[in-house]
Amino acid sequence: MARNNPEQKKRPRGPQNVGKTVKRLLSYVTQRYKLRLVFVILCIFLSALAGVIGSLFLKTLIDDYIEPLSKMENPVFTGLLHAILGMGGIYLAGVIASWAYNILMVVIAQGVQKKIRDELFAHMQSLPIKYFDTHNHGDIMSHYTNDIDTLRQMISQSLPQMFSSVITVVTVFFAMLATSLHLTAFVLVFVGFMMVVTKQIGGKSATFFIKQQVSLGTLNGYIEEMINGQKVVKVFCHEEQAKKDFDRLNEDLRLNATSANRYANIFMPIMGNLGNTQYACIAILGGAMAISGIGGLTLGAIASFLQLSRSFTMPINQVSQQINSVAMALAGAERIFKLMDEEPEYDEGYVTLVNAKEENGTLVETEETTGIWAWKHPHKDGTLTYTKLEGDVRFYDVDFGYVEGKTVLHDVSLYAEPGHKIAFVGATGAGKTTITNLINRFYDIADGKIRYDGININKIKKSDLRRSLGIVLQDTNLFTGTVMENIRYGKLDATEEEVIRAARLANAHDFIMRLPNGYETKLTGDGANLSQGQRQLLSIARAAVANPPVMILDEATSSIDTRTEAIVQKGMDSLMHGRTVFVIAHRLSTVQNSNAIMVLEQGRIIEKGNHERLIQERGKYYQLYTGAFELE
Amino acid sequence: MIRRLAKCIRQYKKDTILTPTFVGMEVIMDVIIPLLMAYLIDHGINEGSMGVILKIGLILVLCNLVSLAFGALGGVYAAKAAAGFCANLRHDIYYKVQDFSFANIDKFSTGSIVTRLTTDISNVQMAYQMIIRMAFRAPVLIILSMAMSFSINAKVALIFVAVVPFMALGLYVMIKHAHPIFEKVFDTYDYLNNMVQENLHGIRVVKSYVREAYEVKKFEKISNQIYKDYSKAEKILAFNGPIMQSSVYICILLISWISAKLIVSSTMTTGQLMSIIAYTMQILMSLMMLSMVFVMIIISRTSAERIAEILDEESDLHNCDNPVYEVKDGSVVFENVSFSYSKDKNKICLANINLDVKSGETVGIIGGTGSSKTTLVQLIPRLYDVTQGSLKVGGVEVRDYDLQTLRNEVAMVLQKNVLFSGTIKENLRWGCEDATDEELIRVCKLAQADEFIQGFPDKYDTHIEQGGSNVSGGQKQRLCIARALLKKPKILILDDSTSAVDTRTDALIRKAFREEIPNTTKFIIAQRISSIQDADKIVVLEGGYVNAVGTHEELMRSNSIYQEVYYSQQKGGDNNGAE
Repeated sequence: MARNNPEQKKRPRGPQNVGKTVKRLLSYVTQRYKLRLVFVILCIFLSALAGVIGSLFLKTLIDDYIEPLSKMENPVFTGLLHAILGMGGIYLAGVIASWAYNILMVVIAQGVQKKIRDELFAHMQSLPIKYFDTHNHGDIMSHYTNDIDTLRQMISQSLPQMFSSVITVVTVFFAMLATSLHLTAFVLVFVGFMMVVTKQIGGKSATFFIKQQVSLGTLNGYIEEMINGQKVVKVFCHEEQAKKDFDRLNEDLRLNATSANRYANIFMPIMGNLGNTQYACIAILGGAMAISGIGGLTLGAIASFLQLSRSFTMPINQVSQQINSVAMALAGAERIFKLMDEEPEYDEGYVTLVNAKEENGTLVETEETTGIWAWKHPHKDGTLTYTKLEGDVRFYDVDFGYVEGKTVLHDVSLYAEPGHKIAFVGATGAGKTTITNLINRFYDIADGKIRYDGININKIKKSDLRRSLGIVLQDTNLFTGTVMENIRYGKLDATEEEVIRAARLANAHDFIMRLPNGYETKLTGDGANLSQGQRQLLSIARAAVANPPVMILDEATSSIDTRTEAIVQKGMDSLMHGRTVFVIAHRLSTVQNSNAIMVLEQGRIIEKGNHERLIQERGKYYQLYTGAFELE
Repeated sequence: MIRRLAKCIRQYKKDTILTPTFVGMEVIMDVIIPLLMAYLIDHGINEGSMGVILKIGLILVLCNLVSLAFGALGGVYAAKAAAGFCANLRHDIYYKVQDFSFANIDKFSTGSIVTRLTTDISNVQMAYQMIIRMAFRAPVLIILSMAMSFSINAKVALIFVAVVPFMALGLYVMIKHAHPIFEKVFDTYDYLNNMVQENLHGIRVVKSYVREAYEVKKFEKISNQIYKDYSKAEKILAFNGPIMQSSVYICILLISWISAKLIVSSTMTTGQLMSIIAYTMQILMSLMMLSMVFVMIIISRTSAERIAEILDEESDLHNCDNPVYEVKDGSVVFENVSFSYSKDKNKICLANINLDVKSGETVGIIGGTGSSKTTLVQLIPRLYDVTQGSLKVGGVEVRDYDLQTLRNEVAMVLQKNVLFSGTIKENLRWGCEDATDEELIRVCKLAQADEFIQGFPDKYDTHIEQGGSNVSGGQKQRLCIARALLKKPKILILDDSTSAVDTRTDALIRKAFREEIPNTTKFIIAQRISSIQDADKIVVLEGGYVNAVGTHEELMRSNSIYQEVYYSQQKGGDNNGAE
């Protein structure tokens, strides 16, 4: 009974490699729950057995007690009472066994689900940015919403049911054989017929379900696009047209949903009634055989057999109904495992970032926050050296492409000296953001070298490298939580004062104080109730509280008005005094006071120098500056 | 709530009624069958009459086939009714949303509207289908089976009276305890999904701050909460099977005991015993079905409530009784206008705005982040209603216009603008459905968009991806302006609509406006002074108040904010190369 989450626009696809997936899935169960699993199987067996014995009891009841007792003058019921009490005991054992395995299965199913979910998320966090850039977020999300849930359903419901069905079918089969060979043969033929029907209807149903999923996906996509653009729809009085298109898609979905569910719906009555028909046929056949004395059938045997035949077909029906959900769950498991098998971010770095202080002119590692950082560099010969973190970043002939064979950066060489402000200017797609992606190693270069304070950045541990860099992106991302928590994200142990100081520096303090609960105002939906500019101010505050030695500002102030921007910039300049800053900006006013401006075009640096020099050169920058050329 | 949703059944009423009707007939067959079985056993097998066996057997098979037919028909109509009902629901919500004002949309947020139109409706569809089939079938089957059992042998049937309440109570207690936990689990689930979503969107932030471990810890905390609650709820539900089984077993044992005595004393037959056992199974199965329906209703209740919320929402913008269908000219007058999004007097966004704009004038609006520039212009096409004061367009209060008339005359290019998937032509035609190609080209030239469109291989038939992701920001803005121009509006509002366009092109657009549509009133919100400095009037907004109104020269002389903005941009060159 899980919430039905129809983010299932996904291609409805069956599992590809059933054997491997099942094995891997089972390993989750057996790893931690081996003993319990054995106990579960035992209990399921007991419970199924009790059911079968119950069906056979009817034969005993009729043949051994009712029939002979009816013929007695003074019937004595103590024997019957004992038999019934005995049966009651067996039933009780069955019920207890069934309760026990149900409880155990809850623990196993939930435990496995939690384990997979946690592993999935932890693994996802370790994946390189490339994975997130090349995979649809909706698809990744559906692992958490759909796949894990179908998996849990399968483990907690389908698996025990299938297992108990198999045990029931096998035991019942032998019980039937023992009761009547002929009737068993008949049942087998009939069940074969039912299987054929199941396959027919199942196939039809599956085709329409796929169609339904496709039209559901189309409609949901349309709804998403239109509702997201609803304000534009209103401004253009486009409502009528929007309704017309919607109606068409809605009708498509209705027709397909009707067909799909029609087949699913008739499945149950058909199976149920075929079961009943079989029941009737057995009665006729059994009756005929009893009368003509074939196979030595008694009335009690027929009664028992009738019960048995029910117990035989019911689990078969149940299993065939489960097969769909099992297939879906396995397909989901396969997708989950695929993500888990993605290569995590490779980190061969061994140079770490430590707090340091200067003692007698040499750097010494320290626990306290000194405002001085140093790279701790262990060498092959066992010695340790400390290099002061200064923010000296150099690119030597760097080539890079997101896709192999498609180079987007060519021969990029640049140097940022400590305390410098380096700006990147260029059209969309010129490679500005790509360069920053290489500095923090979201992506690795294809050729060339990048050195950070003279150290090859491949030698620096990624987490330490990133900790030394503060990044503010154009697309601000805030998290659900209070304003305070969001700013604190930059430095988890920041005090309230530190947070407020950072907010003031980013010029965010004033608007935060105007929010209903100030710093305790809860932000939801990526800060949906804030303006774009306000969100940028918050993300600047978040970076400011982290107080990093090197800062990368990627269009960080694009939505802030120029007056506020000037204030923010002043704050940032004082914060970053003596530290290295990389700036990407559209507004040339933002980058003008940079020590060096790199003009990028199609992945190459075509001009570099400070503002005055570039103006003198009368090149691209000059054109941009005078408005003779358009960037986008 | 149920009544509200039930209104959406409409043309599927027939199917909705037919479903339980057919299901009912199936039930009747289901009840007759055990009776026939009893007869077959007693008079056929027991008495050794082959004729009876064959005759009754044939009837039995026939009954099964009839039952099968009815059952299948019930399924067919249920599918039709449920799919139809939900198509109607979707239709109603979607249409309702089309009537929503901006305030209504803000209230729900687009994400939540989308979820209601997708996930919630699917939940309701499942539940509805189940309810019209099972919710009727189960009680009827219980009652009829009971009645039949009583008619066979009241003494034996009394066993049900004892056992059924025991079982019903068990199920009730179980659901009652499990339900609140499940609700909590679902909320936690939403929370978890939301967290993963945010993590995915903000993965760059997570990685650059090296917060992977922190995020994993956060995730595991929620995950663990789900694990604990879910296990607790499921452990309660684990009693379901045993309760069912023990009820069945107790019934069978008691029936066996009592019936055996009755059969021996010849007041009952073996066949009757068989049929009572069959009824027992049916009754208990139905009860279980009922409990499943119950659970389903509980799960879908939240979804149904969320849907009803939208259907019950009244659009807070209405046409007045005798709307004006003509906008005389493009003059706009604000008189003491105040506005607040929340209707809360303490959270005023705009206060005492007075502004007199003549037809054909160009008005520039400038102000800091959060100074309510957008709010001010959104009042003109009545995207929101003013809270206090009066706002006149063409000399008539905006409330007195027919909404569509007003919005057709007031074209607005939104700050957060959207292009839709389709060709450039299709997107432009939003402005005017039957515009000729010449007209399209004319407005695109005005918006300085023609040049780059001609540069595309497919020109005006170039396909735009959802959200316009395959054109640059500046190109998108110019397409949006062209789209608005196509409406030939009397008033044109540009809300920071040229921010990604370079200054030269920006100047060309303004020049085209001046020369080609001189009679259209233009409101231009901009960050750049250069975008508005030649406007007839410049409004300086500060914290929701009009700080000053005047021409560039006047403001440069007298207004400190304006001067500050001016110099902040001057310092960086006389204008900002390219934004």
